[in-house]
Amino acid sequence: MTAWVNKRLDMCWFRFPAPPEARLFTSVDDVSARLAETGYLASPAVATTVFLADRLGKPLLVEGPAGVGKTELAKAVAQVAGARLVRLQCYEGVDESRALYEWNHAKQLLRITAGRDETWDETRTDIFSEEFLLARPLLTAIRGDDPKVLLIDETDKADVEVEGLLLEVLSDFQVTVPELGTITATRRPFVVLTSNASRELSEALRRRCLFLHIGFPEEELERRIVRLKVPGIDAALTESVVRVVGALRAMDLRKVPSVAETVDWARTLLALGADRLDESVVRDTLGVLLKHQDDVLKAGAKLDLDAV
Amino acid sequence: MTTEPSDVASRLTGFVAALRAHGVRIGTGETVDAARAVEALGLADRELLREGLAATLLHTTGQRQVFDPVFDLYFPRGVGAPEAGTADRDELRDRIAAALSAGDTALLGRLAAEAVDGFGGYGSSPASDGWSSYQTLDRIRPQTLLARVRDSVRARPGEAGFTDRLLEDEIRRRIEVFRGQVAAEARRRVAERRGREEIARRAVAPTADRVDFLYAGRDRLAELRRTVQPLARKLATRLAARRRRAARGSIDLRRTLRGSLSTGGVPMRPVLRRRRPVRPELVLLCDVSGSVSGFSDFTMLLVQALHDQFSKLRVFAFVNRIDEVTGLLVHGAADSEGLGARIRSEARLTGWHGSSDYGVALGEFAERYGDAVGPRTTVFVLGDARTNMSDPNLAAVRQIAERARRIYWLNPEPRPQWGTGDSAAPDYADLVEMHECRNAQQLSTLIARLLPV
Repeated sequence: MTAWVNKRLDMCWFRFPAPPEARLFTSVDDVSARLAETGYLASPAVATTVFLADRLGKPLLVEGPAGVGKTELAKAVAQVAGARLVRLQCYEGVDESRALYEWNHAKQLLRITAGRDETWDETRTDIFSEEFLLARPLLTAIRGDDPKVLLIDETDKADVEVEGLLLEVLSDFQVTVPELGTITATRRPFVVLTSNASRELSEALRRRCLFLHIGFPEEELERRIVRLKVPGIDAALTESVVRVVGALRAMDLRKVPSVAETVDWARTLLALGADRLDESVVRDTLGVLLKHQDDVLKAGAKLDLDAV
Repeated sequence: MTTEPSDVASRLTGFVAALRAHGVRIGTGETVDAARAVEALGLADRELLREGLAATLLHTTGQRQVFDPVFDLYFPRGVGAPEAGTADRDELRDRIAAALSAGDTALLGRLAAEAVDGFGGYGSSPASDGWSSYQTLDRIRPQTLLARVRDSVRARPGEAGFTDRLLEDEIRRRIEVFRGQVAAEARRRVAERRGREEIARRAVAPTADRVDFLYAGRDRLAELRRTVQPLARKLATRLAARRRRAARGSIDLRRTLRGSLSTGGVPMRPVLRRRRPVRPELVLLCDVSGSVSGFSDFTMLLVQALHDQFSKLRVFAFVNRIDEVTGLLVHGAADSEGLGARIRSEARLTGWHGSSDYGVALGEFAERYGDAVGPRTTVFVLGDARTNMSDPNLAAVRQIAERARRIYWLNPEPRPQWGTGDSAAPDYADLVEMHECRNAQQLSTLIARLLPV
């Protein structure tokens, strides 16, 4: 009876917003500054939303094209908070036993055979205890007192059923194991969900999250990113690189270059020892930026690469 | 900003109501979250407030383009006229040119406010009756600054080299930004005069998927075309899910009974019926005449993008004669824009006259391409069923409907207009299932529901 009461009290307590001492950031500028220390340069939109996610205690749903740093954001937040990063990589067919928990059947069988002269009741209460529970990412993120960042990567790849599973975890931060009862978070993890929008996530899931769209950064921010990630590149070349990438993004291509490609390109140019852009260098290295042959041809024509 | 708390709350709820009127679904919970975000962020920094509200109120990327203009109306940068007095036109153009060559967006915003104040007012001055972005842009003519800005940027040291060729496009984009700022500023000034609710409802463009096909301009259609691939991907996953669900459930009685023999006639293990994975065939009949061509082009592209969901897909286009255009819809062709022109130039679609005639076209289809329709085929007819007063040829439609597994008609006209004027929609609707399909949103719901699995 007492255990039951305690559990109810726990649940009541954690329906309130996170207590002040658990907050990670003091202001939006604090978010930008501390993320920048880890090497993640955040745009104002990103910094504001991360701050709100921390302050309101809500999960953060991040959408955007591939290679703009959605996963990196979760890693950076984990590093800033000194928290452990728990990652659930979604794929088609991921299910409860991969996402939430599983009973360790082999160990349970060993336990049953080891204790032959026990009564069944004793064995039964023993084999459904925490010792035989294999915690998967969602449960791991909820148990324990240390700070954690839960990254649910590529949520759109998972089936619709998994979303239902996430709803309980993300709104109340609790997990129900029939044999053990409801396990409630003693300390809420900072949750980041990422999606490439290959499937429309359900309205119910979206409602529980703060929504953040990370697009391609502004020129100024992208220049800073390139300079940070590619030390040794000079300012003039950085500026040219970012401008060419900006021009490519304005074209109607099948796959426009992302920030990751910009950084790769800058590294390539540095490795080739090119200190300024010209036709031949751009033509030879365009493959780093564009991944489809018809894109390469189209961009070549638009940039007048053949008119030497 | 020193405002009463209740004022902030009513401003916020008014803002939410305006967004809801544009089809953004926002619940009370999100509004409360938005208020908590306002509390946490404060009202001092407008851009932080904008991002904070967007994070709490929006759910998808596409809603952002409705959000921003409405936000500018409800949380304006300033009120009234800008402090700086009205300058004369050439001096203002000089300053705009300087801001364009520096690429200073914030300064351009302030200049846009000045431009609207000086040149956008119409009616009896000094208290003008309204503010027009069209008139402002017509007098300022920012597009004519291109050459000047280009020369001044080129004159700077260290700007030559490879990236020089990008300069003109970059300046064009900056000028576009300036035009947008002028439009936003004019909206704000009008809203001060006429009430923000009305302007928010009328002057903010809806998201591309809620624009009527029949009234969509060229740039909105181009915008729609860019959404074909992501939309097709979504529909494909939805179809796959329906297919998975359809494969479950029905019990194969014969094999269940045979299996039960080993357990003494008790069916311990039900055997489910195996489904043969048969992919359906699809035939599209598209009216590509003037008014409805935006609709049929979009639908063709969408269905083509879904082509791997069908074993066979054939597309026919007609105005008053019909011709097969399947070959023209090459998969992965980047040039989706030229599709309509290509169809009209390469296929034989018109006979003696250029206006659409459903009766003749459908009759010709039943006669010449009757084999295309079989018991596994689903037929979609796309068009407004306006036959220009000629015979609707119901017999041909009946013949197609009898042969096909299913036949649907998607009509881009609003339902109340069916049967008005020369529309034969009610006659056709008696024979085939006709659905109203006015915008991309309706189209994607219909396709997800009607496409065979």
